[in-house]
Amino acid sequence: MIADLGFFALVIAFGVSIYAAVAAWYGNRVDEPRWVESGRNAVILVFPLVALSAGTIIMSLLNNDFSIEYVWRVSSIDMPTYLKVTSLWGGQAGSLLFWNLLLALFAAVVMMRKWRVDREFMPYVIIVISMTQVFFLGISAFIENPFTRMTVIPPDGNGLNPLLRHPGMIIHPPMLYLGFVGFVIPYSFAMAALLTNKLDDRWIRTTRRWTLVAWLFLSLGLILGGRWAYDVLGWGGYWAWDPVENASLMPWLAGTAFLHSVMIQEKRNMFKMWNMFLIVMTYCLVILGTFVVRSGVISSVHSFAQSAIGPFFFAFIVIMFLFSAYWMTKRREDLATENQINSFLSREAAFLYNNFLIMAILAVVFLFTYYPIFSELFTGEKGFVGAPVYEQATAPLFAALLLLMGVAPLTMWYKTSAKRLEMSLLWPAVATTVIVGVIFALGIRYWAALLGMWIVIFSLILTLIEFWKGTRARMKRGENVLTAYGHLLSRNRRRYGGYWIHIGVLVMAFGIIGTEVFQQQTQLNLQNGESLTMGNYEMVFNGVERFPGPDDLLITEADVDVFYNGRFVKNLNPRTELYTRTGQPMTIPAARSTISEDFYVLLVNWEPTSSTEATFRVYVNPLINWVWAGGLIFVIGTLIAAWPDPRKEKVAEAKRERMALGVGD
Amino acid sequence: MKEERNLILEAYFVVRKRQPTTHYPLRTMSSRFIVLSLFLTMFASLLVLPAAAQDVETEEPVLREVSDDEVNEVAKDLYCPVCENTPLDVCPTKACADWRELIRTKLAAGETKQDVFDYFVLQYGDSALARPPKTGINFVLWLLPFIAVALGLVFFARYMKGLRQDDPETVTSASGVQDVSPEPAPDDYSARVEQELKGK
Amino acid sequence: MTDTIQPTENPTVGTEKSKPKFRVTTILLWVAVIGILALVGWGLINANKTRPEAGQTAPGFTVHYFDGYEWENASASTLEEMKGKVVVLNFWASWCVECRVEADLLEQASRQYANEDVVFLGVAYADVEPNSIEYLKEFGITYPNAPDLGTSISSDYEITGVPETFFIGKDGVIANVVIGPVNGPAMMNTINTLLAEGGSQ
Repeated sequence: MIADLGFFALVIAFGVSIYAAVAAWYGNRVDEPRWVESGRNAVILVFPLVALSAGTIIMSLLNNDFSIEYVWRVSSIDMPTYLKVTSLWGGQAGSLLFWNLLLALFAAVVMMRKWRVDREFMPYVIIVISMTQVFFLGISAFIENPFTRMTVIPPDGNGLNPLLRHPGMIIHPPMLYLGFVGFVIPYSFAMAALLTNKLDDRWIRTTRRWTLVAWLFLSLGLILGGRWAYDVLGWGGYWAWDPVENASLMPWLAGTAFLHSVMIQEKRNMFKMWNMFLIVMTYCLVILGTFVVRSGVISSVHSFAQSAIGPFFFAFIVIMFLFSAYWMTKRREDLATENQINSFLSREAAFLYNNFLIMAILAVVFLFTYYPIFSELFTGEKGFVGAPVYEQATAPLFAALLLLMGVAPLTMWYKTSAKRLEMSLLWPAVATTVIVGVIFALGIRYWAALLGMWIVIFSLILTLIEFWKGTRARMKRGENVLTAYGHLLSRNRRRYGGYWIHIGVLVMAFGIIGTEVFQQQTQLNLQNGESLTMGNYEMVFNGVERFPGPDDLLITEADVDVFYNGRFVKNLNPRTELYTRTGQPMTIPAARSTISEDFYVLLVNWEPTSSTEATFRVYVNPLINWVWAGGLIFVIGTLIAAWPDPRKEKVAEAKRERMALGVGD
Repeated sequence: MKEERNLILEAYFVVRKRQPTTHYPLRTMSSRFIVLSLFLTMFASLLVLPAAAQDVETEEPVLREVSDDEVNEVAKDLYCPVCENTPLDVCPTKACADWRELIRTKLAAGETKQDVFDYFVLQYGDSALARPPKTGINFVLWLLPFIAVALGLVFFARYMKGLRQDDPETVTSASGVQDVSPEPAPDDYSARVEQELKGK
Repeated sequence: MTDTIQPTENPTVGTEKSKPKFRVTTILLWVAVIGILALVGWGLINANKTRPEAGQTAPGFTVHYFDGYEWENASASTLEEMKGKVVVLNFWASWCVECRVEADLLEQASRQYANEDVVFLGVAYADVEPNSIEYLKEFGITYPNAPDLGTSISSDYEITGVPETFFIGKDGVIANVVIGPVNGPAMMNTINTLLAEGGSQ
């Protein structure tokens, strides 16, 4: 009953989106603003309709209405209420609807906020957003319909995939989707700029915050995904170069390149074509990412065949790409630029190096991720590229990027003299070498780690010096350190927020070097009362217990005491969980966490466990918490950079208005 | 081939029967030994090239006891043939546990890491390897990212070189108007910051 | 809302320099991108291949039997060699629960047709070798069985899971595909029809 309402709402939303595109197109063609406004209202209307549709699914989930196939598939009677709600994005059909909901929300907000200034962009923005919406609503309503009925009503459902029951997995997909959806907005403005032939940097300025917010959510999604893997998947790591992970990393990389390269256009009016290309690529990777995440086309041999949405997605990507490419070619003269880079040592050149490195990483990740498809094409056999190969190929590129991160802010627009640059690099380099020398003296001999640490510390020092210079300049006006620093941040949030992001990345990199290079692990079978020694740690096994958990869960939990240098530090309960209905096992680690390292224990369930004996896999993960701390700094930095400043907002708006009137500046 | 398979099988069952005792009995194992073996594994993986590491393994005619760490060392470079994208050493399913037992058996029978890899490729194809073999068309595919990066570098260098040649011209003719002071004043940073603070 | 240290831009800088035209690099970039897109598309279509259906010629293969198994005194054979006989090609695995349902059924049928032109052929898909052999012992299976080396046979037959059974006629054409455990009478029916067809040719 209620589900029928949801389905109708979805179909109406689909129709309304088509109307929005047509009305905006027609209104623009006959120069009748009322039609365009009608199109805008239609875009806004899509949101409540999709919300209603999603609401009915949630209602059906809460009411255990197993006459709906989707509810039967992802939910069950004994699941807790919050999980029933979040089951909305626990399966393919539901997450596509959820995607639609978020897109509709973003689109509605854009329509309500950006109307005044960028009036002549709006018809095209409406058309591009609505085209995307028509596609996704069409998929949701007619191909992956979450409202499909069961012929026989089962008494109970399958229940949510146990892997998705972790809080991290509940927040992770919405973050990722918000990031994906967010990039649709800058793309649509880019297309509007192309179609209206207003190719100055106005579209970039207008969508700067959207881009940053989208990027923030994507970053959050990636970081939370890593944390989830570390806490739940039980393999001692946080990033596995899994195709699904890569699918969200790739738009992030393209978006990162875009965020950097637009600064050249804003400052020097160069690289217009390249920026267009980057945002088009980001958009295509977002759609491809959504598809890969949903269908598992790369990870499993047959999922593409099984998933009816595959060909549609690919066709849509091709259409949107060709559409963008056609207009970029048509406008190539207006996208061309007369300005040039004057020196290898200039800010714009530095951004170019940054773009080159990020593109190289993107190319590597793309080719490796789609390697199974390519190799099947040429060899008939589905090949596979594992994590070690990714690490080998991308590590030098990432290292170069980290070095650039520290040096680039020292360069100037137009030209920096080599001598000056040398002067500002010399003492930090000396200091870094001293610090790395100390690390060497402490007994670390692995050259790659030392090199990595050198780069990270060097860049960190350079970034901190940048902060110090700015603060000192303000302090000369009689402010104390904190006030001076606060003012510095608020005066140029974008730059100093950006530096904080850099610091976050560097801290993360430090942690990653630690865990990648110095991780120790061992696996042993212990009898009751026996102990295991690893480094400074000793772990005593007290026993193992097996008991039923909620739902169909069978929990096997071990009890171990951890000693550090002979001193008791923590009691840990690593466990394995078995969902008896599906036979799916999970290994939940337990860890003793400190700032320097984690002592991470897994109860390995691939050996028979009895009450007196169990096999443990133990990891010491040095510096792992730096990764999470770096992630936090990163997010705070992005917030600083994206935080609205009402005063500047007005100035910027006035500037955009002037640009819109063709006054220029 | 056939005899070999038989042998492996026997070994498999032998080891399986005495499985509970295949692990190092802990009481006789000093902590120093654990640390030492740990260091050895670390050094082997960090410093010694994989190819060299294989030479270290000696042929042993009789079954030797193989620790979990040795099994994991091999299994981590293999991927589970049935589940998706899961390295064999951390895969929790029953089938993977059996594969690890098989690795243990093979190592116990004196096979090297490479022998185990070859066996997995024969049985399940190249996709069982974490590092795809660099042969035939696979090699071309494998090279593609490097070709892409190299091509990018070439374009990049050409682009920058072109600019370099244009440089004097740009500076004299074009920047006369606007690209003033490409050579900034010594303490320009503070000056810039201050100017920025006053200006806006 | 920009980087504030900013010399004002003069749009007339460096006028009448490079005329906007297609640069070689630009064209190459586009060709590369479109090429990659086409390649991905082609790959996806290729990956989208479905199981060979009834009426299609069965893809050829070579099998190397498990120890103790053979067909016509050979430890390896090809599908080509089995031409002229009805082939019941069964994909299974020891970790597969449903396979256990049909194991006895297949064994009985293979004995029943032992003197006729029917080859029962079991192929273990992505299985742990010792487990496969244990499974064969457990069910006392006598008809030829082989591992799917390199998972190449199952890949050619595009199986979507185990068990799956392909019935191949004397002419090497697939007559029927059963997804999931076979049903005894239906299987006999199919085999008898195929035998009869072959006889009339």
